[in-house]
Amino acid sequence: MANPTATTPDRSLAGQLSRPASLVLALPLVLLLGFAFLLPVAKLLIGSAFAPTLTGEHWLRIVQESIFLRILLRTVQTAAIVTILAFLLGYPVALVMSRLGGRAAMLVAACVLIPLWTSVLVRSYAWIVLLQRTGIVNSTLQSWGLIDQPLRLIYTEGAVIVAMTHVLLPYMILPVFSSLRAIPPELDRAARNLGASPWTSFRAVTLPLSLPGVYAGATMVFILSLGFYVTPALVGGPQNLTIATLIGQQTTELLNWPFAGALAGLLLLVTLGLVAAFRRFLSFGKAA
Amino acid sequence: MSTLSETSTVGALHSVPGSGRSSLSPGIGRWLLNAFVGLVLTFLLLPTLIVVPMSLGEASYIQFPPKGLTLKWYQAYFADPDWMDATWFSLKTALATTAAATVIGTLASFALVRGNLPGARALQALTLAPLIVPHIVLAVALYLVFAPIGLTGNFLGFAIAHTMLSVPYVMLTVSAALQRIDPALELAALNCGASRARAFWHVVLPNIAPGVAAGAVFAFLASFDEATVAFFISGVEGKTITRKLFEDIDYNLTPVIAAASTVMVVLSLVLMGGVEWLRSRGASREI
Repeated sequence: MANPTATTPDRSLAGQLSRPASLVLALPLVLLLGFAFLLPVAKLLIGSAFAPTLTGEHWLRIVQESIFLRILLRTVQTAAIVTILAFLLGYPVALVMSRLGGRAAMLVAACVLIPLWTSVLVRSYAWIVLLQRTGIVNSTLQSWGLIDQPLRLIYTEGAVIVAMTHVLLPYMILPVFSSLRAIPPELDRAARNLGASPWTSFRAVTLPLSLPGVYAGATMVFILSLGFYVTPALVGGPQNLTIATLIGQQTTELLNWPFAGALAGLLLLVTLGLVAAFRRFLSFGKAA
Repeated sequence: MSTLSETSTVGALHSVPGSGRSSLSPGIGRWLLNAFVGLVLTFLLLPTLIVVPMSLGEASYIQFPPKGLTLKWYQAYFADPDWMDATWFSLKTALATTAAATVIGTLASFALVRGNLPGARALQALTLAPLIVPHIVLAVALYLVFAPIGLTGNFLGFAIAHTMLSVPYVMLTVSAALQRIDPALELAALNCGASRARAFWHVVLPNIAPGVAAGAVFAFLASFDEATVAFFISGVEGKTITRKLFEDIDYNLTPVIAAASTVMVVLSLVLMGGVEWLRSRGASREI
């Protein structure tokens, strides 16, 4: 007779691994994330508050000196503008993409995915090539006789907005496409059969049903814009600092680690806060 | 984050056969919409691909359209020891990262999906954290820890940092694959007397291989293309191609940069194209 106090073998739990085995398999991941993620972030945050004794001076400095507040506000403003632009440019692309079939849809998808797959650095460099004084935009405008002097395009706030919109546009298009694709085509046809014009059908039926994808895309684009480093660093220059490039400047040029830690901590808290607040939109994109 | 949307997007493209969906009435509205979309697509593609013609032009300054096709910038790129060192360092790092992230991520995914872990949800959230936290925060934080112990500017430091950044991608694809396969297959193997390890190696792994492969490619590109962390933890001894690009864009803006960029673009597109091809093959086999 079986010993009633014997432990149940793990196989009875529908193939579940035993706890010791699970822990062993997960251990490398825990060690990696502990050493390479938790430890550095903790050290950065602690260093911003203990320099060397507990002090709030570095955190307070962010709001006390107007230049930093201005940079923060400008970062948020830029992120908002980029998000709106990404929506205005990206929604039509997603709409057309969702209504195409076969080859054409693949082609449009390639146009959206190819930029996504190339390095942000390469794409930002391309914007330098386009926007610099002797760059393509200026050369083309001059050769068409539209301007005499090259325009100051690069190292402006506009350049940062345009380049960031370009880089982040696919992150808006893809979720919107997913949600549009999920709308049954019969709904639109039903609306049309009941007499609605194409615009009314779109406005009253398609657009509201696609909103989850729009929110997912907007959340991703906004959060990514806030923390972006590469593109503002290359295209914005030192006159147009964002919080990310400010952090970089504080560490590499000014070696002011506690203050950089405070700035990074603020950025981290804002990012995590936004992700937590909007997580129900973000989980949309995960639905395979 | 890109992989999440891509999975659902490309799946949607593959699963629904085309057309019959177009319900905009013909006429000026539709033409305008298509024209606008065409413009946006050009806006998307043009800067991405502009590096290619830039790398082939004769002049040493930016010139469009480039006059005189030449491969001299590629020759300069391949002949320059600094560029080649950086490229080789990036490749080495990316390969090591891919191996480490794939192994660590696959094992941990197995533990999360099939196992009995305390705090599994917390671990899952922690795993996604490197994707969510801005790279500038991670870059600065890593420098703070690595510099005193001599891990900046060397291969080991980079491997650790990049593995941390890449492992979320592997875990996302492998977890998804593990949840899709039938657990009865593994149970059958166990019932036939296979040890857990043998069942994993002979039954589970072949079935999740496409997911593992996709995760490996994402990990490779996440390491190879990564710019922000690389900028901060590079040193004289160990410099990635992205750091070298950063430096030369600031101090030495010649078309060699365009040549190096084209090499990176081609590599990315070949690898990602391969993943797409694998995915479409897998999808066509599914009933």
